[in-house]
Amino acid sequence: MLRRDFIQTLALGAGAIFLPGMQAWAATNPDLNASKRKLIVVMLRGAVDGLSVVAPYGDANYARLRPTIAIARPGQENGLIDLDGYFGMHPALRPLQEYWQQQRLAFVHASGSPDTTRSHFDAQDYLESGTPGRKATADGWMNRLLANLPGPALPTRAISVGPVMPRILSGHMSAINIANGAAAGRATLLDKPQVGSAFDRLYQSGQGQGAQPDKYASVYQQAQSAHKEMMSSMQAESQMADNGAPLPNGFPDDAARLATLFRNDPRVQCAFIALGGWDTHANQGAGSGQLANRLAPLAQGLATLAQRLGPMFEDTTIVVMSEFGRTVRQNGNGGTDHGHGNVMWLLGGPVAGGKVHGDWQGLDEAHLYEGRDVPVTTDFRSVLAPIVERHLQLSDKQLNLVFPDLPQHGLRTELIRRI
Amino acid sequence: MKWMHRLLLVALAFSAHATLQARELGTDERALHVLNRLGYGPRPGDVERVTAFGVERYIDAQLHSEAIAVPPALTQRLDGLAAIHQSTGAALAQFEEARKAAKNDDEDGKKLRRETYQRMGLETAEARLARAIDSPRQLEEVMVDFWFNHFNVFAGKGLDRAFIASYERDAIRPHALGNFRELLGATAKHPAMLFYLDNWLSVAPGYQPPQRRGKGPANQANGLNENFAREVMELHTLGVDGGYTQQDVTALARMLTGWTFLPRELIRNDTGFQFDARRHDDGDKQWLGRQVSGRGRDEGEMALDVLAAHPATARHISYQLAQYFVADVPPPALVDRLAKRFQSSQGDIRAVLATLFASAEFWDPATVGGKFKTPYQYVVSAARAANLPVVNVRPLIGTLAQLGMPLYGCATPDGYKNTEAAWLNPDALTRRINFATALASGKLPLARPDDDAAAPAMGKAQLERATDGERAANARWASDPVDPTQLANTLGGTISAQTRTAVADSQPALRAALLLGSPDFMRH
Repeated sequence: MLRRDFIQTLALGAGAIFLPGMQAWAATNPDLNASKRKLIVVMLRGAVDGLSVVAPYGDANYARLRPTIAIARPGQENGLIDLDGYFGMHPALRPLQEYWQQQRLAFVHASGSPDTTRSHFDAQDYLESGTPGRKATADGWMNRLLANLPGPALPTRAISVGPVMPRILSGHMSAINIANGAAAGRATLLDKPQVGSAFDRLYQSGQGQGAQPDKYASVYQQAQSAHKEMMSSMQAESQMADNGAPLPNGFPDDAARLATLFRNDPRVQCAFIALGGWDTHANQGAGSGQLANRLAPLAQGLATLAQRLGPMFEDTTIVVMSEFGRTVRQNGNGGTDHGHGNVMWLLGGPVAGGKVHGDWQGLDEAHLYEGRDVPVTTDFRSVLAPIVERHLQLSDKQLNLVFPDLPQHGLRTELIRRI
Repeated sequence: MKWMHRLLLVALAFSAHATLQARELGTDERALHVLNRLGYGPRPGDVERVTAFGVERYIDAQLHSEAIAVPPALTQRLDGLAAIHQSTGAALAQFEEARKAAKNDDEDGKKLRRETYQRMGLETAEARLARAIDSPRQLEEVMVDFWFNHFNVFAGKGLDRAFIASYERDAIRPHALGNFRELLGATAKHPAMLFYLDNWLSVAPGYQPPQRRGKGPANQANGLNENFAREVMELHTLGVDGGYTQQDVTALARMLTGWTFLPRELIRNDTGFQFDARRHDDGDKQWLGRQVSGRGRDEGEMALDVLAAHPATARHISYQLAQYFVADVPPPALVDRLAKRFQSSQGDIRAVLATLFASAEFWDPATVGGKFKTPYQYVVSAARAANLPVVNVRPLIGTLAQLGMPLYGCATPDGYKNTEAAWLNPDALTRRINFATALASGKLPLARPDDDAAAPAMGKAQLERATDGERAANARWASDPVDPTQLANTLGGTISAQTRTAVADSQPALRAALLLGSPDFMRH
């Protein structure tokens, strides 16, 4: 279906399909109604080896080109978790298997950026700006998404976890960031009334000598509201029955905190978190080893996020993406070098799961990009577009503001199950 | 076209006048500007000293830092830090010993490993911070940080924990104000870089490693690894738009095969870089439009010569220097002039910096105070301005980690950014304010001697989890509160009238915190 036709269908059918499904409280509160649908983006910086995440064990080239790092076939020791008789999922992703079975987990293979750079930093930049090949884009696509989401713009609508604000959220819409780890919800010196009020005065806006001090004032105010938000969330968390077993530090812990924040404040709608350590040029291992040790906490964290979101999971789409894939052949050191096409992961209630999507051409040398890499047959924006359009309900015009020059081909209607 | 040129100049002068209210900087402002940009900000009395010495003379002296005397107290402190004096081989031996001790999974072994790793990291970081805070060779310290970041290696990757101290000492510091080609060669050959970007494992296809018992690293090497070849062009020299292709990356990787080090020999006789002809791919290559025939080690040396002299490298380095010292979006005309100087001086870093520090762009009033400090610049400049004796650097190390800029902890080869867009965000602002408040009130245990076993360590985790008892223990080593009047004098005109008013209106106990936590002090 062409996109325009699809939009018309949506416009005609919206009332019938959408409204009856809404809960009464949400339907009567337009703010909450508008922010009911959530998006969480997890970015794996450093280029995760997609051929180890979702491995085409059904292609004999896979084991042949990766003699020591191919993951063993399903059923063997430390072997793949079979997905569809051709692809298998890395054994470290076991915590996600139930979501595959429930058709809440999907993959899009051979996806990525149409720009062919093998620079981590340029490729990440394009994935975050949403404008591959164009370096001058000032803002990130999630920031443009914030500008176009239905409902009022609130400073705590988008949250990044980590000490720096990522490119994907930079731009004129405000977003907040919270610290990794338990420190995010703790009281600080600034919470002492005397200290707080002195700095409130120092950072008050409006009496500056120009635009510059106001910039700091607004960041200060965002910080204060984010911090209050976290403090009250963590207080609520400690009173909840399912506070749960303590999680290992790192992503599982941060994921649990993020879920609490989402559940506690219905205005929070989008989140971003980045994980590093995927640049496996040497000794990446197979079913166990370096890469497996990175994938295990990622899978555990995603499963934690899914569980702890509770019913909200049904309205949440989680995307896992990475700047490019890695070479099909293993290199001289049991690792892989920078490649091109990769796999994107989609997890959540609205996802058309239980399927490896995408135009997969096999690992035959004739089909490899430059004779070495998985080609990109699906533009990453074609994966994100249906999430933005069908799940988050942006109009055709708004979609084009988030992703200008969006390719017209792709998987527009396949990835998101319902609207 | 002379008239057009003149017209343009008039127009530029007019618009500058209209928008920036162009004016001459006062003497104190000039002194503060060089203290802030060539170093880590003023300490009490610095503005007066630089003014009396003369700003131009100060710049010149900083550019020839070897002539500046290091205070005996600093030298003595550095002498006591074993990790920065050890040879690379001795550090690796110690590292391996600790690693082996922990292999049997017994608690003593694990403790030894933990303590060895911590001490290596802590001593190296202490040396770096002590120098940044106390060394009068401020520009040298700035350039050591700049080049370490440019040629970044990550202490958290395996053997690099043992290598960072000698990497900084032997590959970075001697060339910080020297020649770019020498700096490039020194970093490329240091075991820290060979290990970090995997070149030590990159070998000609078909190479048969000598048979050894066990799983020695040599057994892992049986083909090409293009990690270093890519990053040396993308990050260290040409820049990502420097006009190279994937074929050039592969060709350079082949040219650099055999550039390695052998851990056993490094431990046994401190032999670092080695060229192993057996690992080298001696076939013909096409690289950056030239024919390269098999010439062993010389291929790599020739490649570094070509890269260091390439116009794209001159531009790339000049852009980065101008971005660091002048503005997040550096004036293109300045970058052009610096690139020309880089080329005409064959990559003389001192000459390029002299051009930069003499430029109209550097002295433009709009440049002054226009950079947002990185966490490192913020923390070090706060310690300097507060003028507290920093015996214990752990609270500073912990703060840097919380602020997202752990020292020697950047995992990726691109290093940390130095722009406002990278560092100004809500969480960072709150954390800076909290650090400023703790520092100004004397609450950080900066005065705690390292051998005080009763006091808890104050790394990142400890800072976050300190119990009341631990806080009380640390309180014994707290400092006196920072004197706000002295602090305001030290910072002089960098503090705006608006901030001064807010400070004056607040209770005296919070004034120093407000100064250090103000937007004015976060910029330089």
